[in-house]
Amino acid sequence: MDVDLSEDQEFFRDTARKFLEAEVPIETVRRLADTPAGFEREWWRRGAELGFTSMLVPEEHGGASLSGEGLLDLAIVAEEMGRRVAPGPLIATNTVAAAIAGAGTAEQQAEWLPPIVAGERLASWALTEPGGRWETHDLALEARRVDGGYRLFGAKEPVEAAADVDWILVTARGEAGPVQALVPRDSEGLAITRLESLDLVRRHDALRFEGVFVPDASVLGAPERAALDVEHQLQVALVLQQAETVGATERMFESTLEWMFDRFSFGRPLASYQALKHRMADMKLMHESSAAAVTAAARAVQAGDPEAALKVSAAKVWVAEKEPFVLQECVQFHGGLGLTWEYDLHLYLRRATTNRMLYGTPRDHRERIARGLGADEAKP
Amino acid sequence: MSQRPRETLEEFRRRARAWLAAHMPPRPVEFNYGDWNRQRELQRTLFEGGFAGICFPEEYGGLGLPFAYQEAFTEESMDYEMPLALNSPTLGIIAGTLLDFGSDEQKRRFIPRILTGEDIWVQFLSEPTSGSDLASVTTRATRDGDHFVVNGSKIWSSGAHAADWAICVTRSDWSVPKHDGITVLLMEIDQPGVSIERIVDSVGGDEFCQEFFDDVRVPVENVLGEPEQGWTVVRGLLAHERTTAGGGSIYTSGRSPRLNTKTQSGVLELAQETGTTGRGEVRQLIGEDYTLRFVQNATSVRVMRGIGTGKLPPAASALLRLMGAQVPVRRTDMALETAGAAAVVWRPEDLASRAGAGAIARQQPAIGGGTTEMALNLISEQLLGMPREPAADRGVPFDRVRHNTAPRRKG
Repeated sequence: MDVDLSEDQEFFRDTARKFLEAEVPIETVRRLADTPAGFEREWWRRGAELGFTSMLVPEEHGGASLSGEGLLDLAIVAEEMGRRVAPGPLIATNTVAAAIAGAGTAEQQAEWLPPIVAGERLASWALTEPGGRWETHDLALEARRVDGGYRLFGAKEPVEAAADVDWILVTARGEAGPVQALVPRDSEGLAITRLESLDLVRRHDALRFEGVFVPDASVLGAPERAALDVEHQLQVALVLQQAETVGATERMFESTLEWMFDRFSFGRPLASYQALKHRMADMKLMHESSAAAVTAAARAVQAGDPEAALKVSAAKVWVAEKEPFVLQECVQFHGGLGLTWEYDLHLYLRRATTNRMLYGTPRDHRERIARGLGADEAKP
Repeated sequence: MSQRPRETLEEFRRRARAWLAAHMPPRPVEFNYGDWNRQRELQRTLFEGGFAGICFPEEYGGLGLPFAYQEAFTEESMDYEMPLALNSPTLGIIAGTLLDFGSDEQKRRFIPRILTGEDIWVQFLSEPTSGSDLASVTTRATRDGDHFVVNGSKIWSSGAHAADWAICVTRSDWSVPKHDGITVLLMEIDQPGVSIERIVDSVGGDEFCQEFFDDVRVPVENVLGEPEQGWTVVRGLLAHERTTAGGGSIYTSGRSPRLNTKTQSGVLELAQETGTTGRGEVRQLIGEDYTLRFVQNATSVRVMRGIGTGKLPPAASALLRLMGAQVPVRRTDMALETAGAAAVVWRPEDLASRAGAGAIARQQPAIGGGTTEMALNLISEQLLGMPREPAADRGVPFDRVRHNTAPRRKG
């Protein structure tokens, strides 16, 4: 967690934590794992009442942040959701809200944002394509110009919760750069196939676009700015994703530390062995530095820092590798118990691993940094 | 003068920017840490320009400003030559400790001379027979009227040959457990009975020193803190050392480029020199190098803010100490990998050659300033509350504990 929260933010964090503890205890998460959507809309609306969908939306469309720095406030929610491996497309919906707030026309904002803020409508972002392609210069899904709009041809997968949300923001390849459009889930020519997912409650789908028609009124942003819009969405999604992973890891690190005091071997608690203490100390640094990286990246995005793209990628590289490592060590310290279905560790490991692989892997982001620093690709 | 209203941060930054441009020399390609007179001159220039001791109390010659002002000055100073060798130990560790534990008289006597560049300080901590177990020191301080008489030896004190004063950790009572018999002395170096030998390190540098004390007389007024209460002082000093090593001290000014994400990446420069920026595996290292510097900076900010707001305990400085070792160690490895075969020959102008030498000194940041093993102990015990290791000397009078005996003077 950010060590620099205001009193308001601290209060909000406590409220969010209590709400999630009451609404989605781990037994509920396990129960939802056996339902089709993995979350309930009624619950989502109650979260929206607390502000889970309003932080990145301007006030005139029903939005509100605590501090005036909405991304920092929303990162608090993402972290608390991580602590509970909570269900619901928090990152996806808020990223789409940020996209509409950033690039939408006045009409689009007035039409789309209030129902998202109210929790009545949910949205997801279809970026990644089969083969793991996700960068705008690499996309294959085609937006073909037709009279009055575009037709979309191609595939997206995995897309979070596509079958359960109302709107899907599609990032496609246009003739002169990316084209983005908000597409209703039940559009003609759009086939959605549910996939089995690594996460127990976060669902993913495979989408096929066979000439889905998108009217101009649903196209988001000016074509010449679309690449910048996508970059901003990506930064928002990555900050929230890393914040969630940090929250998930923090919870398991705490419970593993407790376990090490309770578990005795050779007449001593595990916590007394220097070989294990030193590993826990290393893990503590990995975790604290991960939390630090998220805060620094969130501030950079919020402030429009020209280095924000690099910093967000660096945060992804670090958090997405270090925190899952910490969780694997937690499994190791639990022995056989850590490998069971019954024990909760794997739920957290599933969430952190899912976050690790989406919106670019650490390897992808190291490459993105090298490119951003101007390292010449033409050299042998 | 202190009555005038404080400048805003932005006003201060603008004034600092203009002053630096007019008064400080441009940043050299490589800092010469060994030119101690140069360090004194640069510090003198800062002092005369009114930019020394930005976070030091005004009554001891500082400016009494919040940390944000020091941070702004450091950011503005990145393109200029700064007296970086004074940051550790003189400013970050010694001055910090003097401010915490010195009497008003000691602070008035010593702090202004540090800020003007007149005095360079060194730490006399480790001994040939006491390293990580610092409380087992055997340098003997014997009370003789209004003096302590010191005999023994200290080692690994970087830059002692150029220093004027030292903080020296001694044992003055051998009949009590080890932590209860320690006295910390402020010792003038240029005096009878102190002799210094330089030690050549594994890459040919000779800043390491060993000191020998033969009946060195230190006046009682130069005890820091109280006699026999020295362990409290040492713990405070070690906290400043960890903070300084992690780049989080409020008393240091300027920083070397490795902590600045805005300058080019070390691996990137090497890859450009070796013409390998297009190779996938090298590009991975370029990305990792930036990541490490970003994360180290972010962690410094978090830990210092956390300690400042009380959300993290002071022992959290051990996190910075650990990171201050892990990051350079990994960067050394990446530099070597990027350098390739050119690392095995010495061409001083080539980064690749320096990557080879860097690999030889790779463990330096993990040993100097307290080993990382001690930082791991501190994090696990003080931050995580895990039990301490069993120790054979706890609560036992030091003269009944098995310990190493002080070495005889060489030759």
